[in-house]
Amino acid sequence: MHIVDRRLNPGGKSLVNRQRFLRRARAYVSQAVRDSLKDRSIKDLAKEGEITIRRDAIHEPTLHRAAKGGNRERVLPGNREFLEGDRIKRPDGGGGGGSQPGEGEDQDDFRFALSREEFLDLFLDDLELPDMAKKKLVAGKIEGVRRAGYSTIGNPSNLSVPRTMQKAMSRRIALRRPSGRDLKRIDEAIAEIEARAKPLPDDAVALERLREERAHVVRRRNLIAYIDPVDLRFRRFEPVPRPVAQAVMFCLMDVSGSMTAHMKDLAKRFFALLHLFLSRCYEHVDVVFIHHTDRAAEVDEETFFYSTVTGGTLVSSALDKLIEVVKERYSPNDWNIYVAQASDGDTLASDNARVVSLMQDDILPFCQYFAYLEVGREEFASIEAATSTTGLWDAYAPVSESQRHFAMRKVSHRREIYPVFRELFQRRGVGERTRA
Amino acid sequence: MAALAPAPLFTGSDWDFSLINRIYETIEPIALQEMKLNIYPNQIEIISAEQMLDAYSSIGMPLFYKHWSFGKQFVTNEMLYRKGLRGLAYELVINSDPCINYLMQENSATMQTLVIAHAAFGHNHFFKNNYVFRQWTDAEGILDYLEFAKRYIAQCEERYGQLAVERVLDAAHALMNQGVHRYPRVRPRDMKAEAEREAERQAYRDRIYDDLWRTVPVGAKAAAVPSDERRAALGLPQENILYFLEKTGPRLESWQREILRIVRLIAQYFYPQRQTKAMNEGCATYTHYRIMTILHDRGWITDGAFMEFIQSHTNVVYQPTFDSGHFSGFNPYSLGFGIMSDIERICMDPSQEDRDWFGDIAGSRDPVEVLKDIWANYRDESFVSQFLSPHLIRQWRLFHLLDRESESELRVEAIHDERGYRRIRRALAREYDIARQEPDIQVVDVDLAGDRTLMLEHIVTDGVVLDASDAAMVLQSLANLWGYEVALSEVDAENRKELKNHRCQPQPGWIG
Repeated sequence: MHIVDRRLNPGGKSLVNRQRFLRRARAYVSQAVRDSLKDRSIKDLAKEGEITIRRDAIHEPTLHRAAKGGNRERVLPGNREFLEGDRIKRPDGGGGGGSQPGEGEDQDDFRFALSREEFLDLFLDDLELPDMAKKKLVAGKIEGVRRAGYSTIGNPSNLSVPRTMQKAMSRRIALRRPSGRDLKRIDEAIAEIEARAKPLPDDAVALERLREERAHVVRRRNLIAYIDPVDLRFRRFEPVPRPVAQAVMFCLMDVSGSMTAHMKDLAKRFFALLHLFLSRCYEHVDVVFIHHTDRAAEVDEETFFYSTVTGGTLVSSALDKLIEVVKERYSPNDWNIYVAQASDGDTLASDNARVVSLMQDDILPFCQYFAYLEVGREEFASIEAATSTTGLWDAYAPVSESQRHFAMRKVSHRREIYPVFRELFQRRGVGERTRA
Repeated sequence: MAALAPAPLFTGSDWDFSLINRIYETIEPIALQEMKLNIYPNQIEIISAEQMLDAYSSIGMPLFYKHWSFGKQFVTNEMLYRKGLRGLAYELVINSDPCINYLMQENSATMQTLVIAHAAFGHNHFFKNNYVFRQWTDAEGILDYLEFAKRYIAQCEERYGQLAVERVLDAAHALMNQGVHRYPRVRPRDMKAEAEREAERQAYRDRIYDDLWRTVPVGAKAAAVPSDERRAALGLPQENILYFLEKTGPRLESWQREILRIVRLIAQYFYPQRQTKAMNEGCATYTHYRIMTILHDRGWITDGAFMEFIQSHTNVVYQPTFDSGHFSGFNPYSLGFGIMSDIERICMDPSQEDRDWFGDIAGSRDPVEVLKDIWANYRDESFVSQFLSPHLIRQWRLFHLLDRESESELRVEAIHDERGYRRIRRALAREYDIARQEPDIQVVDVDLAGDRTLMLEHIVTDGVVLDASDAAMVLQSLANLWGYEVALSEVDAENRKELKNHRCQPQPGWIG
């Protein structure tokens, strides 16, 4: 009998199967993941979670007898009152006493847990920042390595055995190191002479000469190593800088008094999604948070999502700030610039002209994509979207018609956030990037 | 009688490897010398809960090829386990030589003792001696074969792409239950030779490959042959659909045939387990019960440990009654152990009734010998039909219920009385008859002269036709593998009347 401790064996044997299963049920799983967003708070967006998909999506059919119909018989334990020949009403569900357990799977939904990684992968699947065209070499950012011949020093794990042996061989040939065969030949000659029953006259001399020769060979072999440290060759790798597409995302949020708690929640949810998307999918994306009332300020992430400042509304202040930051830190020649703006659209009518001109003359020329999200009041969700428009919306509408990389959407309910977000950042095939 | 223990093997619930060794060495003489069990050498492996989950999702085998359905199993089991809805088995045992026993690290010392007695001796003896296993499985070669299957399928994935392989596997899995030779007595399979044979064949193909052959013109087609001759030539009728496809499927590539073969051989390997569930578990449960009792009698385990054992044993053999609300058929542990304990009673202390019913074993006073004969020579169906005693029928208060489609009510056909014993026994045995549990589906003909339609027939017994939606899906898979139309007609067993008819066309472009 053997006892084997398998507990330390690497786990995760089923990981591949699990991934294949997820791939198989992908369409259903992604749908379920997206639906699950409705019930999550901003903080929980990226947590692992349990999801439910329809069982028939992953059904494995077999040929088996139907659960209903036909004549069936059954032996059961625990008879209390029945006598032979008794009649019993057929229980509900047709087959009743006749339906066999194990026949046909139960049609419940199929529930299982996704890890955070799996969850996010599905959640952010197929999104991208459009038009990330400007690439630049950035100092200090090294992306890859490439082979660069051989070197005489290096890490043992990089030792190139063929190359080392080649060098050793050429050195041995050049220095005329006696081979093992030479030694063997001399040994055989000596043995042959020694083995003679009757020594020949010049044997003693020959033997003497052979022994000398042998000592010489052995000494030479010892002096000239088979492999010498000078033979060692290591594979060499050198780092290669690669051009990086640098991008910056500006998040502009209106926090003025006209924004209700509901609207702020919507805007924050939108930016939370955006932030999650950028931080997960893009390594080299800076995010700049700007919030504004009648004055704009660049703030950190914490303040952006959790501060409670309030005041009047002046959209142009945020755009001014944006332009200022761009001039200061993000040269449009080197950076791909993206802007997402959220507001309730309630703005001073006198400001609109300036907003539009800033937008058309300054901002849109340097940015790759501008998304405007208008948040509406919950109670008028359906009516408002259909009929009324706001000052800012009216001002932006002509811009959006003339500029392909300007998109605007309205949202008035939590459940619309994710679909709109997807729509704005959906990966588009070449040439079909149009304003929907 | 063996000597009493100097001291109990263990007192707490903790265990270590030397304790497991001592437990095994204490049990071994009881099992081998006193009960005279005949077992494969044992290999005991300690695994964690996660590894147990892994093993669950590959049908209990230590290695298996990759397929999404195992991942589905895994996520279900994992979910149920994490939520505490389902415990994991204490052990898993593999019918191989040496016999591999997985023990969970979470088990207490008592449970490890129980599990060693149950799996390493009970199941092991059954695997080695039962005729169904001896006839159908090759314990020595199975692990090598699984290794080959895993490697072969991985290679196919590399050569032909994961999706193409997955499609074939999906289709083959759907037909897995129809991939078993049920009737002929086959020689035991040598799985190792099987793997070598395929490697050799592949090497030969590679060696003789010559692109020129592609350009050689093919001769004229042979004339159509008469139907009887054709059917004989194709080996029809054939119940093993996967075998038929592997041998005659006109459009399959050779690697696709090999995958069908792998799925078919694995189905065949598991076929005995399905026909001996109650006996297998009964044998293991009876063995552990007997061994644990002896250990306790001789002082190897403490009263406390014995109580722990009794509690878990009772849970295992619990049989709810039909109206208790959690009845879901007969518990195989309970049925097997019940009948085997009853046989022991008949051997040791028979009543007049037992003497009338079981003249040959009643009062033989050697229950283990009688049981060993039974373990070797019966499967569930024959076991129940021979050894379910009137005593047990009364004790379990069995009754036989009939549900006729033509009648509006169910009828009680028999209860636990003199008139009912034999009828109940026959009816229960029928429930365990694998030929009745599964639909009888056969390939009957191929329209070779016409459009190559593959014709199948389901012989309908008791008027129960196939589940229509599943049948449609499986037929789709079958049509894809066959490459041409497939027709399945469901025919009543008695009057040969056609009850239902399914037809299915292959999906274009399925075979690459």
